[in-house]
Amino acid sequence: MKPTPSLITGAILTVFFLSLAGVSYLWTPFPVEQLDIGRKLQPPGSLFWLGTDHFGRDTASMLMVGARTSIGVAILAVGIGIGIGVPLGLAAAANHGSLFDEVIMRGNDLVFAFPALVIAILITAVFGPSAVNAILAIGIFNIPVFARISRGGALSLWTLDYVLAARVAGKRSFRISVEHILPNIANLLLVQGTIQFSLGILAEAGLSYVGLGAQPPTPSWGRMLADAQTMIYMAPRLAVFPGLAIVLMVLGLNLLGDGLRDHLDPRIRRLRQ
Amino acid sequence: MIRFLVTRLLSLCVSLIAASVVIFCVIEVIPGDPAAFMLGLNANPDTVAALREDLGLTGDALSRYFSWTTGMLTGDFGTSYTYRVPVSELVSDRLLVSLPLAVYALILSTALALPVGMIAAMRRGTLTDVGIMGTTQLGIAVPNFWFAMLLVLLFAVSLRLFSAGGFPGWDAGFLAGLKALTLPAVSLAFPQASILARITRSALLETLNQDYIRTARAKGLTERQTIVGHALRNALIPVMTIIGLQFAFLLAGAVIIENVFFLPGLGRLIFQGITQRDLVVVESVVMLLVFAVVMVNFLVDVAYAAIDPRLRIRT
Repeated sequence: MKPTPSLITGAILTVFFLSLAGVSYLWTPFPVEQLDIGRKLQPPGSLFWLGTDHFGRDTASMLMVGARTSIGVAILAVGIGIGIGVPLGLAAAANHGSLFDEVIMRGNDLVFAFPALVIAILITAVFGPSAVNAILAIGIFNIPVFARISRGGALSLWTLDYVLAARVAGKRSFRISVEHILPNIANLLLVQGTIQFSLGILAEAGLSYVGLGAQPPTPSWGRMLADAQTMIYMAPRLAVFPGLAIVLMVLGLNLLGDGLRDHLDPRIRRLRQ
Repeated sequence: MIRFLVTRLLSLCVSLIAASVVIFCVIEVIPGDPAAFMLGLNANPDTVAALREDLGLTGDALSRYFSWTTGMLTGDFGTSYTYRVPVSELVSDRLLVSLPLAVYALILSTALALPVGMIAAMRRGTLTDVGIMGTTQLGIAVPNFWFAMLLVLLFAVSLRLFSAGGFPGWDAGFLAGLKALTLPAVSLAFPQASILARITRSALLETLNQDYIRTARAKGLTERQTIVGHALRNALIPVMTIIGLQFAFLLAGAVIIENVFFLPGLGRLIFQGITQRDLVVVESVVMLLVFAVVMVNFLVDVAYAAIDPRLRIRT
């Protein structure tokens, strides 16, 4: 089946920003920690593609390294969600109806009831603002999302014949979950992972915008926007580029998520054919 | 219905108790000595001891937790360490900004999303639909604080129609207050409206496939009569739920927007509390926001069950 336009656009945008972040480890047009007041607030041109900020730092280089921070925080936060949430969800489904299942699901409801942003702010405020604490704060709210989706996916699979066959063959719940259930909910997790990734980028941007994410001199898109706000009358363009980067990255991931869901879901695929 | 209400009320209480335990632990137990945390590294031990006494931090964690929660139940949220006034007083002042802002944003978001979502559904597959869906996709991707900065650039810096931030207070007149809240409300509403428009569209499309819609069309009703009289009312049920959830989000999610526009709301109060290490304020305001969110979710659930009897049976 041909991939949809949204899948292609999403994949291109995502790969573009991932490569930008990757390349920044090896090369940036200018070193980001290099301050040079003499060349501050330069307009975009052939030397400084996107201009410079009020400290004379190259905006394009800052965006590249900022991509690394935003993407890194969001990916690790998704990792926490998958690493803890999926085993919990699988275990809850394997012990469906038990006290364990009940405790996990009610615990999930509890986390969902909290205003995520406020709690993330609280966590970073008490433990100190840093990229690691931002990852933890965002990651905690990913756990119930993945627990719920893997439990839901697994529950329907537990009723199927091949799982019954595996049980008859004497396999234990743990082995069935790992060998039979997990590969079959991988698509679900992939789609949800993309969505949580994009939400993570937005959350990281928000936290670093208020100064609770990655700390200077590490550039991050949210931090760049906060700096730009103080210069909004003098150099409004400083507020434009990091914002555009966030929007395009999030848009890319959302389109990729939608496209993947359409591409991987056999029911939707059949409808489109 | 009574059984549903009781179960839901119980889970509401459990949520609130759990929330209070988590917040109490994060603020008062994990940092070690809150008084030392509030005064910083170079504080004199005598000053720390005096503050500990002052804040009632001398007892063990359990008794402090109980005095905090019972205090809140009677409306006593403690006294702010930096402002030297009862937190309840601070909160009620700030609510006069945060609450109208959330309501204003919700009205804007709903007023924009419902017609737009309906048009997209009615013209499914056309260029209008594709355009609307594309715009909403963009709206979801835009961080509201960046959108707020763009609005400031356009309406405050270039056109000079609005001020870039601040709040004159309701004493300056209702219109002046409303004007100060307009850019913040629009920046909060746009991403929310994008989500709501997409949900309205899909809910309406789903109802348009139902048999009773075919019947309505077959008996000769016009498209308009069919949609307004039959489809829309049924499609609105899931939409109402999302509107309720969005209100809770707007109340707590305005934290960053209040900072962009320097609005003296609850969000800024939390940040000021954090930077001044005024833990009493942070603890109580966060608890209050959690309470508001949990409460709104509860009311939405109850309203939903009252409208849709199937939900009551399931519980």
